[in-house]
Amino acid sequence: MNYWTTRRRDLLTGYLFVTPALIGAVAFVFVPLVLVVWYSLHEWNVLADTFDFVGTENYRKLAEDPQVPGVLRATALFSAGLVVLNLGLALVLAVLLNQRLRGTTVFRVLFFSPVVVSLLAWTIVWGFLLQDNGGINAFLDLVGIDGPNWLRSEGTAMASVVVVQVFKNVGLNMVLFLAALQGVPQELYEAARTDGAGPWTVFRRITLPLISPTILLTSIITVVGSLQVFAQISVLTQGGPGTSTTVLVYYLYQQAFQFHAFGYGSTLSVVLFLIVLALTVLQWQMRKKWVFHEN
Amino acid sequence: MRKIAPIAALLLLLTACGTGESDADGPVTLRMTTWSANPAHVELFNAIAADYKTTHPDVTVAFEALPLENYTTTVTTQIAGGNPPDIAWILEGAAPDFVASGALAPLDDSIENTADLAPAATALWKQDGKLIGYPFSTSPFGVFVNTDLLKQAGQTLPVGDQWTWANAVAVARATAAETGKQGLVIRDFDYKDWTNLATVFRGWGADAWSADGKTCGFDQQPMIDAMTFLHRAVFTDKALPAPGVAADFFAGESAMTIAQISRASLLKDGKFAWTLVPLPSGPSGAYSVIGQGGLGVLKKGKHAAAAAEFVKFFTSEANSAKLARFFPPPRQSQLNAATLATANPLLKPEQLQNVVIDGIATGKVKPSHTGSAEINQAVRSALDPLWKPDADVTAVLGGVCTAIDPLLAK
Repeated sequence: MNYWTTRRRDLLTGYLFVTPALIGAVAFVFVPLVLVVWYSLHEWNVLADTFDFVGTENYRKLAEDPQVPGVLRATALFSAGLVVLNLGLALVLAVLLNQRLRGTTVFRVLFFSPVVVSLLAWTIVWGFLLQDNGGINAFLDLVGIDGPNWLRSEGTAMASVVVVQVFKNVGLNMVLFLAALQGVPQELYEAARTDGAGPWTVFRRITLPLISPTILLTSIITVVGSLQVFAQISVLTQGGPGTSTTVLVYYLYQQAFQFHAFGYGSTLSVVLFLIVLALTVLQWQMRKKWVFHEN
Repeated sequence: MRKIAPIAALLLLLTACGTGESDADGPVTLRMTTWSANPAHVELFNAIAADYKTTHPDVTVAFEALPLENYTTTVTTQIAGGNPPDIAWILEGAAPDFVASGALAPLDDSIENTADLAPAATALWKQDGKLIGYPFSTSPFGVFVNTDLLKQAGQTLPVGDQWTWANAVAVARATAAETGKQGLVIRDFDYKDWTNLATVFRGWGADAWSADGKTCGFDQQPMIDAMTFLHRAVFTDKALPAPGVAADFFAGESAMTIAQISRASLLKDGKFAWTLVPLPSGPSGAYSVIGQGGLGVLKKGKHAAAAAEFVKFFTSEANSAKLARFFPPPRQSQLNAATLATANPLLKPEQLQNVVIDGIATGKVKPSHTGSAEINQAVRSALDPLWKPDADVTAVLGGVCTAIDPLLAK
């Protein structure tokens, strides 16, 4: 009997193709993940070169850390603001730019262009625009409005960071929505109109259900991205004023890299991972209820 | 065979990448991290390294300039990642952590003529009597004044006993009001790095914490008085730019700035007339504040012994005199107007005497403490409510102590 049957050859070929990706995933995803959990069980002072096992001490510290509730609140506020504004605006823009009108291509390019701009450059420019004597307030001054000190006030700092991030990435979700909108069969619209359905009914009963898989995809991407925001906070506010914009990633960066508490920083990373995982699983489960034609 | 050849070449390349330089007697490349990418600085460093190579042909020194904003974080991350530099510059704020942690190799045998070093300059860099870091730059803060702007506003710079904080702010306020520019900028403060406020509050005899680092000083009366003065200067007198307002003295956008003398190089092609004077005296009299940069050899570096040897050369009396062009040296023999004038052609001998030499002799280093990054962050957050027009200064400063007391007690 021939050992190298077609089935075995196919299997081997498949494994060979998968192996490089598998090696990469193990080396750069799974091993670091396990290491971070291992580090979270240690007190690690890089300068003193000490690495002592402390068990669940860092998790106890986390539960008692008076900063953590504020940090989680700021994180939730940023994520909620970003998701609502980004998805809402992206959908509105996509619907508007899906019309067959002259000039829509120009607007599509205009709204998408921030996506390809360097995040750091984008944030630095916005930092100048948002300063007290910056471009935004100069414009408001022209129309007789005394603008606030956007990045220095607890009431406006978080909103400013959210808006900067929304303008940066709304184009990406807009393009995804556009692609989804263009995939909706036109005959469904024609049938609905023949039946006398108004624009809102058409949008609610046909458009939304048919682009719901894309809404699920973009919401997962946006939620996960919002929980990992760092550069914008680092450049614009450094977590301030007070600790009003200290989100979880920025807090773990401070603990690990600025305060040299790598063990505690790892603990915060584990918590962040669990939050992202839980939210992703939750959204994935919700697809059964919200996503149309989900296989 | 044609299919195997590229794979073999790739394997060969990977193998080649894995072969590091010899740790023993072979060629050595020392990596030294700095926070300056200033071409003039880099040129001088490379010249010193080239001189060294003439007597140590196997040693090459690579200078790695890291951004100042997250310099210490980057070096710490390199250490955590098992890739520490051999030699590192260290900011005065991070000095207590680096010195106390044991991360640095003692330098007593690696510094030429240590008896020449000013005791005030080395205080922060010693542990148990041993020199752990070498303060290659001991730079006092002074006040740069745009005399053209003052003239335009009809103001004259107070001198002698009249050079007080009250008068300095009065001139800054009047100049700002008359010219539409800003008055006095505390450079690098930006309502975030509060340690630069030591250049003001030390004039009231205030300090962030006691000399032993255990007691918070923010709720003490001298600090309350100093911060009340500062708050009034910002929000009532408008003599200092408000939070969120950027103004660069060196671009001619303000009347005065508090900065270190190394910034004088920014005025090389200045479009306005300027002068440099010491910090104004406060209610507690004249004083000086120093910022320091130290040099340390990382014990975990790959070539600690070779690094210590290079540090000896880099900090020798001859090279210290060359470095004095940008970095005021800690060597007492070089702290004289004649030596410093050669290195600082933009400054007059009396400016060097008043600001630099006297400043180093009497100056006190900016606030530093073990765990300073965490403390600084806590102070910054707790001070934020102060930077509003209607702030309750005493209450805010009390809140600062509440925030940092547990950290000072560690």
